[in-house]
Amino acid sequence: MDLNTVTEFAPAATAAWRDGDAWLGGGTWLFSQPQPRLRRLLDLQAFGWTALTETDHGLRIAATCTLAELARWRPARAAYAPGALLGRRCCEALLGSFKVQNVATVGGNICLSLPAGPMTSLTAALDGVAALAGPDGGTRRLPVAELVTGDGRNALTPGELLTHIDLPAPALAARSAFSQLSLSPVGRSAVLVIARRDGDGSCVATVTAATPRPVQLRFAALPDRETALAALDRAAPGYCDDVHGGGAWRAAMTRRCLARVMAELAGEEEPAH
Amino acid sequence: MIVNGRPIDDDPRPGQCLRTFLREQGWTGVKKGCDAGDCGACTVHLDGTPVHSCLFPAIRAAGREVTTIEGLTLDQLALHPVQDAFLAAQGFQCGFCTAGMIMTTAALTDEQRADLPRALKGNICRCTGYGSIRDAIEGKPRVKTDTIMVNGPVVPAIGQSVPAPAGPDVVTGKAQFTADIGRVSAAASEDADAPPTAPLHLKLLRSPHAHAWISSIDAADAMRLPGVVAVLSYEDSPAAKFSTARHHNADDDPYDTLVLDRTVRFIGQRVAAVVAETVGLAEAACRLITVDYEALPAVTDPVSAMAPGAPLLHPAPSVTPCGDPSPYPAGAGNVCTEIHREAGDAEAGFAAADAVYSATFRTQRVQHVALETHTTIGWRDGTGRLVLRTSTQVPFLIRDEVCRVFGLAKDLVRVVAKRVGGGFGGKQEMLTEDIVALAVLRTGRPVQLELTREEEFTAATTRHPMEVTVTLGATGDGTLTGLALDVTADTGAYGNHGPGVLFHAIEEAVTAYRCRNKRVAARAVYTNTVPAGAFRGYGLSQTVFAVESAIDELARALSVDPAQFRRRNLIQPGEALSNGSGEAEDVSTESIGVLDCLDLVEKALADGRGLAAPDGWATGTGIAVAMLDTIPPGGHLGRSRVAERPDGKYAAFVGTAEFGNGTSTVHRQLVADVLGCEAADVLVFSSDTDRSGHDTGAYGSTGIAVAGTATVRAALALADAIAARAASGADARDGKLLEAEGYCDGTSRSVAFTVQGFRVAVCAATGEIRVLQSVQAVDAGTVLNPVQLRGQVEGGVAQALGAALFESVVVDRAGRVVTRVLREYHVPVLADLPRTEVLFASTVDPFGPFGAKPMSEAPFNPVAPALANAVRDATGVRFTSLPLRRDTVYTTLQARAASQRATSQEE
Repeated sequence: MDLNTVTEFAPAATAAWRDGDAWLGGGTWLFSQPQPRLRRLLDLQAFGWTALTETDHGLRIAATCTLAELARWRPARAAYAPGALLGRRCCEALLGSFKVQNVATVGGNICLSLPAGPMTSLTAALDGVAALAGPDGGTRRLPVAELVTGDGRNALTPGELLTHIDLPAPALAARSAFSQLSLSPVGRSAVLVIARRDGDGSCVATVTAATPRPVQLRFAALPDRETALAALDRAAPGYCDDVHGGGAWRAAMTRRCLARVMAELAGEEEPAH
Repeated sequence: MIVNGRPIDDDPRPGQCLRTFLREQGWTGVKKGCDAGDCGACTVHLDGTPVHSCLFPAIRAAGREVTTIEGLTLDQLALHPVQDAFLAAQGFQCGFCTAGMIMTTAALTDEQRADLPRALKGNICRCTGYGSIRDAIEGKPRVKTDTIMVNGPVVPAIGQSVPAPAGPDVVTGKAQFTADIGRVSAAASEDADAPPTAPLHLKLLRSPHAHAWISSIDAADAMRLPGVVAVLSYEDSPAAKFSTARHHNADDDPYDTLVLDRTVRFIGQRVAAVVAETVGLAEAACRLITVDYEALPAVTDPVSAMAPGAPLLHPAPSVTPCGDPSPYPAGAGNVCTEIHREAGDAEAGFAAADAVYSATFRTQRVQHVALETHTTIGWRDGTGRLVLRTSTQVPFLIRDEVCRVFGLAKDLVRVVAKRVGGGFGGKQEMLTEDIVALAVLRTGRPVQLELTREEEFTAATTRHPMEVTVTLGATGDGTLTGLALDVTADTGAYGNHGPGVLFHAIEEAVTAYRCRNKRVAARAVYTNTVPAGAFRGYGLSQTVFAVESAIDELARALSVDPAQFRRRNLIQPGEALSNGSGEAEDVSTESIGVLDCLDLVEKALADGRGLAAPDGWATGTGIAVAMLDTIPPGGHLGRSRVAERPDGKYAAFVGTAEFGNGTSTVHRQLVADVLGCEAADVLVFSSDTDRSGHDTGAYGSTGIAVAGTATVRAALALADAIAARAASGADARDGKLLEAEGYCDGTSRSVAFTVQGFRVAVCAATGEIRVLQSVQAVDAGTVLNPVQLRGQVEGGVAQALGAALFESVVVDRAGRVVTRVLREYHVPVLADLPRTEVLFASTVDPFGPFGAKPMSEAPFNPVAPALANAVRDATGVRFTSLPLRRDTVYTTLQARAASQRATSQEE
């Protein structure tokens, strides 16, 4: 929709951030609801960042990389194939259509910080680290799992910009399993669990969508079902309880999805319904 | 920017989205359904890549090539293959989503075409149920588009799947909806249906309080804003009260509403209206208005509204325009309508029963989500008349009420509807026309008001939520001995349709079954929430859910097959209907097709076609029956005029409105059949108060039963006149063109039935319900157009499945609507719906044109109970509240399992 209070559209590279500004990634959220406080859009495309930079250290995803670009990524390093596949599955998990994915950005999805944001799911699950640039010129790095702090809340300070996310090579190469549920067949994620088993045998499960912020469960070795569920119980995350799914159901479905991804990692057959 | 091959010189505004920029440039095929990226109606291609143009910053399209539906083929002579496919499958009804559907489909890869549920999750159609859209994309035609035979014999039009005449315009984006006025040049427009100059824009400041008195409004700052033309508040409102509901009999609804009221009764009610040069200025001015409210205590549910000492929403007595006491409110306190009936002795009936079942069922608020939001453009024409171009089902009723409220003679107001983008009852209300009329009369300039999707949820209307306690008793052989209903409907802050919906809710749900002892108590209650209104089914879907669920339980309790139980107790041909009032009903039961329908559905379910159940899921089948009187009670006027045209064709001017229900096509067939010409030789013009006599409009499933009858009568009269001319030896080529009028008063009523059957699988571990098979058999009388009827039924089942599985307008305790966008109010997308098989019973209606019965609302009503009965069959659990959302199903099944474990441990 039109953002009628916006009176200026400026390239982000040269503009100093002020109250009433918004960083414009793809715009798919900004333009989807009234934003009466906004006066100026700062166009991140002006930076001209390379969407995806693959190195031996891992993958750097520019904040302005679209979901469609990420889904099309075919890594030059065969070792990263599991990470690329997981990326595609997470892009598909976006509630928005493929037409939204043509425009929506990875950085925008994370900064929106909705529980169901699939780019938060992906980058948190792969221990991604967000690079943040402050309006004073300072920079800092923060794990995505810590950047997102609640339903629509995050650790960004006013004017701070997410520039890119680094996904480490071991996580990209790790075997992973993915399980997601929503109230309807292609609806907004109500629970999304990704488990990953690294080369050293350690294992991490990341719960998103069901909880206001990412919840990570770490294990030195692949846990059995009971151990995994006990770890979830100990973490005792609060569950979202809203029109996208009741809290009790989300709690139960989180257990179910966690059990499934652990079973898949263990090479067991998927449990029957 | 290059749009459809043409360079654009204008620059977009900094915060403008591509959708509005393209529309300003005249590309009005780009539609606004949600303005939030959820519905896909605005889909365009950007350098060949499809995007939702409502989400795309227009500035970023600079230097790029944009393709809209109008430019899909630059060759104007041929259609794009996808446009051809949508025509061949008639993959549209109202046509508002069609441009977006076609633009999306045209961009799909083969891989995406193989996975349509995922590929089309960003495209919403509210009419078709996606059956015909899927057929279009998969290349399965439903009609022959080349049926015009040159010099061949004339084919009888009745019973043929004649394609919709508007199809070619719909698939190319040329069809004009209300807001599609394109670029209005400063010079006077030649189009009598368009404003002479570009309209001002109206935005509404809405109440943040559920109940409050406006102590003062200060609009001085708003008026100082350059470009603001007027700010209207309660001081500017006409004093005449009205109801937003429009009915044949105006006194059917309480006179409880003002154009702008000093008391606000729900969060979202109009407080002030700003008229300004642009939408942005009007919004800015709204933010500059200071309103002082004196908050009043509020009641947001019927129980608290009926409690002793509850604050009254409408304390002043309601009077009709004649000064007589209004029949509504007819209850005490906040009760808007109250009805008590008893025939026989229900308690005695229950005492005589071998089994009695009683339970309370609850249905939720649901919203129509017609893809075109309520929109009105008003202006004064060259003679000074007020013209309202508006998205309405009832142009004449709007005209009459605008005249009454503003004290204008009827010949000083014209109301015209262009193509209407879905209605479902939501446009049987005056929600925008009154305030636009006020703005035009005050400013003297053209004014446009286009509601946002959020306003549709927070300030339009919903279905009435109901709590229904049903008690049924029967003897061991399955004979009903007693039937009692207790109904409480929440009508929200205003009584629009409150009485009508309540009366209808306790009519066919009660009369469909023979039983000597019937008792009904019902009330519609005011609460400080968004008003409820008319919605497809008009109260029946709520009570049918309760009664058909209870019938299923009672049959089970007696170990009688539920279908057999219905056959034994349903009304039989020729029997008198009883609603418990003891008064004779003016409804014929001569034609009853329900037994046919039951047979067809049972046979289809027994065949077991459809999907296989996943391993380990519980499966079950369920059916439900719904009856609908073919015409609303109390009369409904249909008027049509059929005329010869100079080109040898015929023109039918019909008063009723087409909003995707297909009546224009059928009227064309009716005229063709009577006059012995091809359907293509009949041009239909509808919904314009200038072009036909007074017509009640399109509600209560009357587009064929009443308006069609009027059209047939007009055509017959014209045929007589033509025959008389021929007999007199006059030469048609020399004489003046003949025309004739037809009229129907809608007082001859009968009944129509629908029977829905489902086979479902339920996953206890997640709560998911998967529909394996869906079949609906309909008692539609003579089928005038099989493809359109099938589309109506598919669409009705789909809309009802949305309400049964997902949809709920959530209102919090303070009275605030929580679900304000389509991302939070999930209407079905293609992935959510099964294919529904549609079967026709063989019946002939005694009154409808060529024996046809209406089938617009009826398909909705049996769906939720049939689904709940199938889930009951699969799981053993009776669900008494809608929707059957996965989380609810899961927690209910878990609770039941836990209580069973507890019971078995005690044993």
